[in-house]
Amino acid sequence: MSNKLIDLQHITKAFDGNVVLDDLNLYIRENEFLTLLGPSGCGKTTTLRILGGFETPDKGRVIFDGADITDLAPNKRQLNTVFQKYALFAHMSIAENIAFGLKIRKKSPEYIRDKIRYALKLVNLEGFEDRMPDSLSGGQQQRIAIARAIVNEPKVLLLDEPLGALDLKLRQDMQYELIRLKNELGITFIYVTHDQEEALTMSDTIVVMNQGYIQQIGTPEDIYNEPQNAFVADFIGDSNIVNGTMIQDRLVEIFGVRYACVDTGFGTNKPVDVVIRPEDLELVAVPEDAQKGSPEYESARSRIVQINPGYFEGTVSHIIFKGMHYEMEVQAHGFEWLVLSTRMFQVGTRVLMSVDPFNIQIMHKPESEDEKAVSMDENL
Amino acid sequence: MKKKMRFWLDGPYLIWTAAFIIIPLLMIVYYGLTDKNGAFTFHNVMEMGTPERLKALVLSLLLSLLATAICLLMAYPLALILNKMKTGATGFITTIFIIPMWMNSLLRILAWQTLLERNGVINQFLGMLHLPKLYIINTPYAIALGMIYDFLPFMLLPIYNALQKIDVNVVNAAYDLGANRFQTFWKVIFPLSLPGVISGITMVFVPALTTFVISDFLGGSKVLLIGNVIEQQFTQVGNWNVGSGLSLVLMIFILISMAIMQHYDKDMGEETTSL
Repeated sequence: MSNKLIDLQHITKAFDGNVVLDDLNLYIRENEFLTLLGPSGCGKTTTLRILGGFETPDKGRVIFDGADITDLAPNKRQLNTVFQKYALFAHMSIAENIAFGLKIRKKSPEYIRDKIRYALKLVNLEGFEDRMPDSLSGGQQQRIAIARAIVNEPKVLLLDEPLGALDLKLRQDMQYELIRLKNELGITFIYVTHDQEEALTMSDTIVVMNQGYIQQIGTPEDIYNEPQNAFVADFIGDSNIVNGTMIQDRLVEIFGVRYACVDTGFGTNKPVDVVIRPEDLELVAVPEDAQKGSPEYESARSRIVQINPGYFEGTVSHIIFKGMHYEMEVQAHGFEWLVLSTRMFQVGTRVLMSVDPFNIQIMHKPESEDEKAVSMDENL
Repeated sequence: MKKKMRFWLDGPYLIWTAAFIIIPLLMIVYYGLTDKNGAFTFHNVMEMGTPERLKALVLSLLLSLLATAICLLMAYPLALILNKMKTGATGFITTIFIIPMWMNSLLRILAWQTLLERNGVINQFLGMLHLPKLYIINTPYAIALGMIYDFLPFMLLPIYNALQKIDVNVVNAAYDLGANRFQTFWKVIFPLSLPGVISGITMVFVPALTTFVISDFLGGSKVLLIGNVIEQQFTQVGNWNVGSGLSLVLMIFILISMAIMQHYDKDMGEETTSL
C-alpha cells in the first residue's frame, strides 16, 4: 500500500479550447481503491481516459510503474477498463467476450477455459458461458464486463461509472461486490463516479474534482468530516454553507450571532465560509407564546447554551419523514437551514438551534484565480 | 371501443396490403400457373428452360452478383471513413450521395448512355487526349457499371447506419483488451456491422437481378437480362401467362437469396438493421 504505481504529472488537456484538466498532479498507490469524484464536466472521465490511453494529454506525463506511458496505445497498456454501459461484444457469447483479451494474447485453450471458469465464479455468474450478452440483466452484464477485464490480470482496473445504469438496490449490492473483488484480486482500482455515496462506501482514497482541478484528496472520513472548501462540503453530502466572519481564534460570527468553534489561524475579522452538516444542528422547541425571560423560554435557552453559547431562533418550515430520520427546514435569519434529526418538530414549531463547536467547519473564501473554480455560483 | 379504434388504425394498412401486394401477387401466381383458357399448367414456368432465357437468367445472376460485390467493396471503406468524420462533414457527404437519388433513375441511366456511347462524351474526351477509346456500351460491362452507379447508395446507407450504431466504447473495449486496429476491425467492428452489410446486399442484389431499364439503355438490344425477357412477354409478346410464369421462377431465386441472407443475419445474433 505504499509504492507509487501511477504518477500523473502536470496533466493538461483541452477540447476545442475548453480546458478540461489544468495542471493535474496525482499519484496512485499500489492496491489502492481510488475514486475520482465530481460533477459532470469536472474532468474525472478525461483523467480516466488518459490513463486508459484513449486520450493523449496536451501537456504532462503519465508514469506507470516507473515507465513513461503517455504515448503508449491502449492495447499495449497493463491496465484494463470497465466501461460505462458495459460495452460488451453483442455478437459474442459470454465465454467469447471473456476470452477476447486472452485469445489476442494467444493463450492456450485450456488456460482460457480455466480463466473463464475462474472469472465467472469470481463475479458469481457460473454457468453463463453460452449465454448472449443481451439475454443478461444490466447488473449481470456489468459483472461480465468486469470479468472480461480481470482475466487479463491487469495491474490496474479502471472503472468508468460502472454502476451508473443500475437501479439503487443493485448498485448497493454491486458496491459490496466491487470491494470484495478488489480485496480478492489485490490490484489497484481507479473508479470514476459522480455519486458521493458510492465514493464514500468503497474508496480508500477519494479525489474530489471540479472544473479540471483537484479540490481535495483524502480518505472518505477526511473528505466528509474535514472538507477543505465549500465545493467539497457541498458535494459530499448535504451541507448548510453560509457566509461568516472569523472574529478571532475559536469565535465565528454568523448572521450577527457569535458562535464558539474550534478553528484557529484564520486571523481576526476575516470573511470565511462556514459549513454545518444538517445532522449536527440541534433543536430545542420553545412554546409559541413564551416571552424572552419567561421560565419556559429560559429553560429551553439553558439547554441550548450548553451546546454552544451562540444560538439561533427560528421556525420549522418544512418536514419530511425519511425512515431513519426526519429532514426539516428551519427558517432563521432569512436562511433555510437543513436539519436532520431523529426527533420530530411540527411545521410552525418555534425552535432554538445551535451546533457543537467541534462540528462547525470554517473554510477560507476562494481568493486566487485557481480557487475560483471552487466558488459556489459556478457549480450550482 | 378499443376494437373499433384498432380497426380504424389497422384498416387502411390492411386494405393497402391486400389491394397492392397480396392481390397482384395472387394474380401473378394465377396467370403463371394457368394457360390462356384458364386451365392449370406448369408450361409457363417451364418456359424458363429455353437456352436463350437460361442464358439471360445466368447473365443476370452473374451481373447482379458482380455489381453487389463491387458496391460492397466501394461502400464499406467509404462508410468507415464517413463514420470517423465529424457530424457536419458526414451530413454533407451523405447528402451528396443521396441527391442523385432525387432524380429519376431513368434519366440517370440515360445520362450514362450519353457518356458511354461510341461517340459519347467520354470517347470525345479520350479522343482529344489521343487515348484509346472505350467501347463498353451495349456490353455487360456497361450494364454492371449502371447497376453499381444506380445502387451504390443502397449499399452505403445501411452499412453507414450499422457502423453508427456501434458504441464507441465497444471499439475502445477491444483496444483496451489488447487488440490492434486490424484485430479490432475483423473481430468487433465488421461482425457488428454485418446486419447493415446484409441489408445492403439485399437492397442491391434484388433490384439488380430484376432490372430491365439499365440493360435496355446500356445493353442496347444486344444484351438481354431476365428482366428484359419478362418485360418483353408483357409489353411486346402480350403473353401474360408466360411473363408471370417466368416472374415466379425469378421470385424463387430472390427468396432463396433472402433466405441465405437471413440465415447469416441470425448467425450473428444481431437484430436486422431496419431501414
